[in-house]
Order: sequence, then C-alpha cells, then structure tokens
Amino acid sequence: MAPVMPAIANTPNIAEVSQRKSRVAYWLLIPGLAWLAFFFVVPLVTLFMTSLQTESTTSPGKYVPGFQLSNYTDAISEYWPQFLRSFLYAGLATGFALLIAYPLAYFIAFKAGNWRSLMLVLVVAPSFASFLLRTYAWKTILADDGAVTSTLNSMHLLPDGRILNTGIAVVAGLTYNFLPFMVLPLYAALDKVDYRLIEAGNDLYGSPQQVFRKVTWPLSMPGVVAGTLLTFIPAAGDFINAELLGSTKDKMIGNVIQTNFIEFRDYPTASALSFALMAVILVMVLSYIRRSGTEDLV
Amino acid sequence: MPVGVSREVEDLRLVNLTKQFGDSTAVDGISITIPAGSFFALLGASGCGKTTTLRMVAGLEDPSAGQIFIGEKDITQLRAFQRPVNTVFQSYALFPHLDIYENVAFGLRRRGIKDVDLQVKRMLDLVELSALARRKPSQLSGGQQQRVAVARALINQPDVLLLDEPLGALDLKLRRQMQIELKRIQSEVGTTFVHVTHDQEEAMTMADTVAVMNAGRIEQLGHPADVYETPHTIFVANFLGQSNLIAGEKLSSGEVVEVRAHGLGFKIPAKRNVAPGSHVVVGVRPEKMTVLDAHDEHKLPVGHNRIFGVVTDVSYTGVSTQYLVQTPWDQTIIAFEQNSIVGDRSSVGDQVVLGWAPEHTFGLDPAEGVTSGIHEGVSALESDPEA
Repeated sequence: MAPVMPAIANTPNIAEVSQRKSRVAYWLLIPGLAWLAFFFVVPLVTLFMTSLQTESTTSPGKYVPGFQLSNYTDAISEYWPQFLRSFLYAGLATGFALLIAYPLAYFIAFKAGNWRSLMLVLVVAPSFASFLLRTYAWKTILADDGAVTSTLNSMHLLPDGRILNTGIAVVAGLTYNFLPFMVLPLYAALDKVDYRLIEAGNDLYGSPQQVFRKVTWPLSMPGVVAGTLLTFIPAAGDFINAELLGSTKDKMIGNVIQTNFIEFRDYPTASALSFALMAVILVMVLSYIRRSGTEDLV
Repeated sequence: MPVGVSREVEDLRLVNLTKQFGDSTAVDGISITIPAGSFFALLGASGCGKTTTLRMVAGLEDPSAGQIFIGEKDITQLRAFQRPVNTVFQSYALFPHLDIYENVAFGLRRRGIKDVDLQVKRMLDLVELSALARRKPSQLSGGQQQRVAVARALINQPDVLLLDEPLGALDLKLRRQMQIELKRIQSEVGTTFVHVTHDQEEAMTMADTVAVMNAGRIEQLGHPADVYETPHTIFVANFLGQSNLIAGEKLSSGEVVEVRAHGLGFKIPAKRNVAPGSHVVVGVRPEKMTVLDAHDEHKLPVGHNRIFGVVTDVSYTGVSTQYLVQTPWDQTIIAFEQNSIVGDRSSVGDQVVLGWAPEHTFGLDPAEGVTSGIHEGVSALESDPEA
C-alpha cells in the first residue's frame, strides 16, 4: 500500500477537479447569455422605455423619456379591432393548419414507409423560397381572374365574388406559410408513439375512432401543443400576409405596429402595441400549456 | 374464488391457417384445436411463425388463407376490437399516459361499461397491485408491469387470452415467479391461455399442451412429458432438450424393432419407432443413460442397449454430472448422471459403457438430417433474457 500513497497525494483532490469542471460549464454559457443580453434583453428594455415616452412640449414630433401609461390605453382603445382580428386570424390559421397537418404527419409517421424522408423534405421544401416571395405567389394564385377564384365563383361559393383582398386570403396565406411549423412537431410526436400501443388499443375493444381519441391523440399532445404555439405566435404578429393578401379592412396588429413605426414615426404607440401584444400572447400561451396539461406527458 | 368466467368458454380452432409475407411463408397451413380452458404453449425458435400465428388469432394480422373459429363461430373476418380475444404483449404495451387503474379499465370502458370500479379493483387484487392503482406504468418494475398487462387483458373475460413471450423481458428469478403466478391466475379464471415462447422450460412447466413449431408448421403436439419422452421428429428431439441420435438400419420388426448401427444392436419398442422405412435414427435422452466403467458391463441389465466409448469431458453441474463420451465412430454422446452415486465417478480418458433401457429409446425418420433443430435448441437454451 505504502508506495502508492505519494501518487495519490500528487493528484489534485476530487472536490477540486469537479469544481473546476462545473466552472467550465458556466463558461460555456457565456456566448449564449451574451447573445440574449445584447439582442433580446437590451432591445426589450429599450422598447419598454420607448413605450412610456411622452411627446416633447418644446419640439412637437420629438419624444422624450417619461412615464406615460396612457400610451397603452390610447393605443389599445384605438386599435382593439386589429388586436382582436389578429388573434382571430391567427387562431383560424392555427386551426386549419392543425386540420391539414395532423393527417399528413400521421401518414408520414405510420404509413409512409420508404417515402418518409422524401415527404419530410417536401414539407420543408417551400421554405427554401423566401417568405415574401411565397406570399406574392399566393397573390397570383388567389387573383380575381385566377383559376381558384373563377372555379369557386362558378359554383357560387364566394359571397363577395373574390378571395384576394379579403380575410379569407389572409387566413389562407397564414395557414400556408406556417404549415411546416405545425407538421414537423406533430410528426416528431407521432413518430414517438409506439405502434404497439395502437394495436393494444384495438385488441382491448377500441374501435379505430376510440383508439385515436384515447391513445393516439393524447400521446401526440406534446406535438399538438408545440405545433399550435409555433404557428399561433408568429401568425398573431405577422403583417406580410395581411399587407399583401388583405384589404385595408383586414389589417392585423402587425400592420398597425409597422405603420406606426415606419410611416407615422409614433414610436411610443408602436412600442406600446408591441409590448401589449407580447404580454397578451405570453398570458395566452401559459394558460394554454397549463390547460393542455402537457407536463404530465412523456 | 374464480374471478371471471361464468359463461361457457369454447374451443379455439385453427383451420389450415396460412400467412405469407411476400414470397416467404411464415405460417404454413396450421390446423389445430385448442381445448377450452387449457394452457396451450406454442414453442419454437424465433422466426418459426409462432408470433404470427398469435397475431392472426388476435386479429392484428390478416391470414393469407384459412379460418379461425371460437366454438362454432368463424372470427376470421372480425377486426381485432370485435374479437373475444385479448393479448398480453411482449413489451406489455401499457398506455403510458394512463395510470394503472385506467389501463386495466380500458377494455371495459371501450365497450361502454360505466361502472367499472368493482371489476377493476377485483382484478387488481388478483394480480396483487391494488396499492399501485394510481401509479403510471413507468413507475412500476418489469414484473409489476407484466402483471398489469395480464390484468388489463383478463378483466375483459376473453374466450382466449394470448400471451406473446410475456416473460421474455424479465430476469430469470422473476420469470420463474411469474410462471407460477400465471398458472395460478389461469387456474382461477379458467380462460384458455395460448402462450407463445421460445423457452422450452417455460413451455414445459406451464402448459398442459405443447405444440413445437418449426418453419411455419407444427412438428409435434401433445402433453409436455409425452413430447419430451417420445419425440416424433429429429427437430423436436434436438430442440426440446437434448438427444443422442445414431443413424442405423432396421434388422427386424415386431413388438421390438432391432436396429443395427456401427456394429452395435439397438432395441426399440415398435410403438416408439416412427421411421417408416428401413433407415432408422436411434434416439435416447442423455439422462436416461447409465455410465459404467467398461469392465463393469456385466452390471447392466440383460437386454439394455449399450454404447462403448472414451470419456472426453466431465462437467459437474451440482444436481448432475455431464459426460461427453467419444464413440469408436467419432460421435460425441452426451450423458447426464444424477450425483447420487457413492464412490468414484468416471474421469476423462476412462473407457466406459453407456447403457439404457429399450423403453427409453425412440426411433425417428432420418429424412430431415440428424442436426435438424440443434442450433435452434441450443440458442433457446442459452438465450439471454435481456436480449
């Protein structure tokens, strides 16, 4: 035993080593924290400060730091229809995207076999073209003299006789643009569902509908929650679809914020609207996650 | 107290059941009747078609041909959820999002039964899991999950309970315990159990009827002891336990068939010989043989079959000793001897004589080749429960 002792004495003790290791872990956090600080926390604070600025009494059009809470009440009382419309359109788009994406993701996960990878690539492929370009393409697809509109018109299915420059076009554009963000998390969740559980459900007297309701759907809940959030949040703040596909009557809160920033240069109102949007979405998301009870799932 | 079945359980009958996957035939025209209330084991190596057979009975796989009856009712066309059959899956397939109580209640609820509480509690009592009713499956040990899987299937009082390698994921000790448990449950509920396994010991200890499957067909079916003592094919002789097989020629027929091989004469009772022609493979189980020093040959009873050879290996295994004996024609014979003899055992290099009674001898048709089933048999013996 004795000759071994010096060797042990020479090595740094275990507590010291593990302490050094955990310090390394903190160093690894620094780039990420720095990024967050510079590009998220600082702008957020700036935005919040801006949202409380008051118009300068000496030089109109200029804004000075202040604590004007009425920026919020004024902005919301003026623009609440756009606020509501944003959530309505985003909600509808999320609903439609879920209806389209769920069967698609289900097919890819359980039935596609060798076609699985190809289908996943096809789901993502449109994203290789720019968001703006794709939305412009929808302008052409839904144009008044286009095939879609004339076909639906010949069947007398359109109350206004047109699609472009209506809320329908905006919801359609939002649904299309955010569809991959719905498909991918749903696919990931469904792919994790053990097919033997579905067989077990069938074996235990569950009809296909019952097994879907009681086994497949609950097990895919993490994907449903992730997909709806990834669709709803950006859709609620989007302004390009309403700008390009809707009329002035279909403006969303994103358009209002953009106009106030760029055209009116009313920075406090625009900031207040941005901040209010964030707050509302945050509250909605938290209550949604709590209600769908996903923490309970595997 | 019997928990479930008050109504009449009926026989399960498979008629010419066949399943093809592309060009390969997984199940090749099986026709068997499994009597109501029996514990039936389908034994075979992996890939022999036993699981496919089970899945066809469950309705999870469509047969390519043939029919499945329960009593007089043809259930071949019924879908899985319409069949009075439940399965204990190999991986248990418990619903991870439901607690134990709801897992067990699942089948009752799907059939629209509102008041499940009494039945669920009684079932959980039967498998001794009442205390864990509100746990999630992931919080249970393997053995407990296995019992939930059994309870979840049995609560529906199926006509037939299918068990697909249900003990495969458990360690050896737990497996033994669950074997006893399953037998107890079966005798309490009286349901027909069809148990698929590759573990011959499991099949033999649990079942009242064993069917040995090979390449999509049933090689032999019967009471475990009968199948073991009188194998009808070389595959069964090698797969179920071990056998010493010596190819020879028939000399005479009658009450006792005499076979000559390598200059030695062997006697087989005619009813234990299934070889149709003059080529006969003489078989004997290793534990049926007596190992004696060659000088003591006279101690063997007159009329016993005997083989001479040299001991090449002696392995002491506690209960018994295993000898490997090389014959003059270079075949290795295995013999087990109970460690109840007083005095010296034979050791490596000794000249010995192996003797056994003609009643322990069986005669087989050499058509398959004497190694059929050997590899599968060995792999089943050595199979690792974790694999």
